[in-house]
Amino acid sequence: MSDLAIERKIDRSKMEVSDEVAIQINDMNKWYGTFHVLRDINLTVNKGERIVIAGPSGSGKSTMIRCINRLEEHQAGDIIVDGIELTNDLKNIDKIRSEVGMCFQHFNLFPHLTILENCTLAPIWVRKTPKKEAIETAMHFLEKVKIPDQANKYPGQLSGGQQQRVAIARSLCMKPRIMLFDEPTSALDPEMIKEVLDTMIELAEEGMTMLCVTHEMGFARQVANRVIFMDQGQIVEQNEPEEFFNNPKSERTKLFLSQILGH
Amino acid sequence: MSDLSYVRTEMLPQKAPPATSVGVVGWLRENLFSSVGNSALTVVTGALLLMLLSAILPWVFLGIWDAESLADCRAQFAEMYADGRTYACWAVIADRWDQIMFGYSFGNLNEGLYWRPLLGLALILVALSPILYPNVPRIMYVATAATLFLYPWLIWGGSIWGPLTLAMCIIGGIVAFRFASQVMITAFALPVAIVVTAVLIMVVMGPLSNGLASVAALELQPVPSREVSGFVLSITIGIVAIVASLPIAIMLALGRQSDLFIVNKLSTGFIEIIRGVPLITLIFVATVLMKYFLPSHIDLDPVVAVMILVTLFTAAYIAEVIRGGLAALPKGQYEAADALGLTYWQAQRLIILPQALKISIPGIVSNFISVFKDTTLVSIVALNDPLGISGAIRSNSDWNGIVWELYGFIALVFWIFCFSMSRYSLWLERQLQTGHR
Ligand SMILES: Nc1ncnc2c1ncn2[C@@H]1O[C@H](COP(=O)(O)OP(=O)(O)OP(=O)(O)O)[C@@H](O)[C@H]1O
Ligand SMILES: [Mg+2]
Repeated sequence: MSDLAIERKIDRSKMEVSDEVAIQINDMNKWYGTFHVLRDINLTVNKGERIVIAGPSGSGKSTMIRCINRLEEHQAGDIIVDGIELTNDLKNIDKIRSEVGMCFQHFNLFPHLTILENCTLAPIWVRKTPKKEAIETAMHFLEKVKIPDQANKYPGQLSGGQQQRVAIARSLCMKPRIMLFDEPTSALDPEMIKEVLDTMIELAEEGMTMLCVTHEMGFARQVANRVIFMDQGQIVEQNEPEEFFNNPKSERTKLFLSQILGH
Repeated sequence: MSDLSYVRTEMLPQKAPPATSVGVVGWLRENLFSSVGNSALTVVTGALLLMLLSAILPWVFLGIWDAESLADCRAQFAEMYADGRTYACWAVIADRWDQIMFGYSFGNLNEGLYWRPLLGLALILVALSPILYPNVPRIMYVATAATLFLYPWLIWGGSIWGPLTLAMCIIGGIVAFRFASQVMITAFALPVAIVVTAVLIMVVMGPLSNGLASVAALELQPVPSREVSGFVLSITIGIVAIVASLPIAIMLALGRQSDLFIVNKLSTGFIEIIRGVPLITLIFVATVLMKYFLPSHIDLDPVVAVMILVTLFTAAYIAEVIRGGLAALPKGQYEAADALGLTYWQAQRLIILPQALKISIPGIVSNFISVFKDTTLVSIVALNDPLGISGAIRSNSDWNGIVWELYGFIALVFWIFCFSMSRYSLWLERQLQTGHR
């Protein structure tokens, strides 16, 4: 795909990777029935890292990041998020979910609630934030994603790009330490992709730990500090973006890159 | 300059559309006479309608309202029209409307008691207002809770302390639930609270209400269950079934979607068994056959038995409607709720059910309408719904032989209730509309 969209200079002053571990995945395996979707995944994500995950369709990218907040259950190996191990303990799962924000390809806003209500719901019910404070926080983040004037509309009345930015604001209202993105721009028209990517860049500039499944290679090149390439449920290659794009090592990666960049 | 070039020099003013496309003429053209086929259909339908109305309307509007009996009606018609024409004899409604509406106990034999069902109905309207209209203040739920206990008292009479002490026991159960849910999960706290309530009802309620009654009697003239009849009976059973079935249906629908094996199978089994049996059989079993199975000192009130069954029956149907609504929600809604850290019950209450119920409104309301009409089935166990009353009226020698007037009136009253429900559901759907999608 294209290098479009990102024209402005990225402020790297706060984009530093710390030594602290945010996510630790050890020998994780997952099956759908008998189908082995994720095989021996090992991954350590430090605080402040911006990781882009790429790979062909069906390679298990979505499944992997959905395991991190237990939207999917893994059957073997460990996942430790922010020092908490993901087990069947509902308390731990809820704790991790409130620390990890997630944005989906199809936004998944709640259509029966206004934009503001979408953003205040989880802080009020999960974090027990007083309503007034939750509204202030929500307005703060809606301003940040540049749609404070839409606060009282319903999701159905917004454009796709606006909806995705609301979805990002909704996650941010929970003050997460880690953000997961699953193809946040692939359901959008080109001009809307730019506004969503801009929002994500701002987030990166503030030092948010991000895992992002995306085909936006321009974004990967300029924002990511690491690109991970997956195929057939395995991590095939990972590297700094410069090396990854200019000097891929594995044949699978070369083929994939030539397919998405090559024309 | 080329021929393709064109520049408008003056803008056109807005003109009115041609007369044939707007107003009455436009509407007629578009809707009734848009083509030859449509015009023919319009003419034929119009002619049929005219024939039908010219037969019915005079019968309705030239009817007699003032007569002693059917024989009297006929005599009056014979006097008025030499050719032997007759029209409706509405005098039967004028004479017996109160019996049809209020039944035996409150009806024409007991005029002094009208206020009880009327007050009850008014209470119900007040009680329903916060449920039906989102804008009514929340405090009105107090009236809803009070009505739950006052309405049965108004209908069945007896001491006020019975319903009041029952209310106290239930409040006790709710308090127990509050405490229990602080130390254990909901799935355990609920049975604990139910047990506490049951114990309170069995041990505390009787002595307490007797004690209070000996201090201050506060009694209404009791009305035996079998005498509660007419539209009072239909409305009582109908409203209880409608109000009580919805929460049960929601629980059944969630149960049927649940991953918990036992909960899932129990819900599914219940729904399939109840839906697979005709309501009339259930009513018959509950009131007639249960007598043989229950210990002889337990006197199963027929009206209560019917209420419970009709409620469960409706709940099973509505559960399936709601399940359809749940299934229609995109999986992303569940995932977004999970990803935000909402618990199962929070997600259901705040995200899933509001949307699923909204989709299900037409199906739910059509079940409500059908259960309200099904209350006429209680005649199988010798309860007197409005149709039963009409039978009784016809067996009186004064009105023997009258049919259409009675059935027409009863149908009209049912229609008014059902049509109101239908309009309400349309209104509610519009209220809940939030943008496209
Ligand atoms: N619920 C499921 N049950 C069974 N198989 C599934 C399920 N979800 C995904 N799969 C399979 O698992 C594999 C990985 O799916 P996943 O959605 O993680 O791929 P992906 O890399 O995100 O692909 P895409 O780029 O198309 O989103 C695919 O082969 C898919 O068919
Ligand atoms: Mg995917």
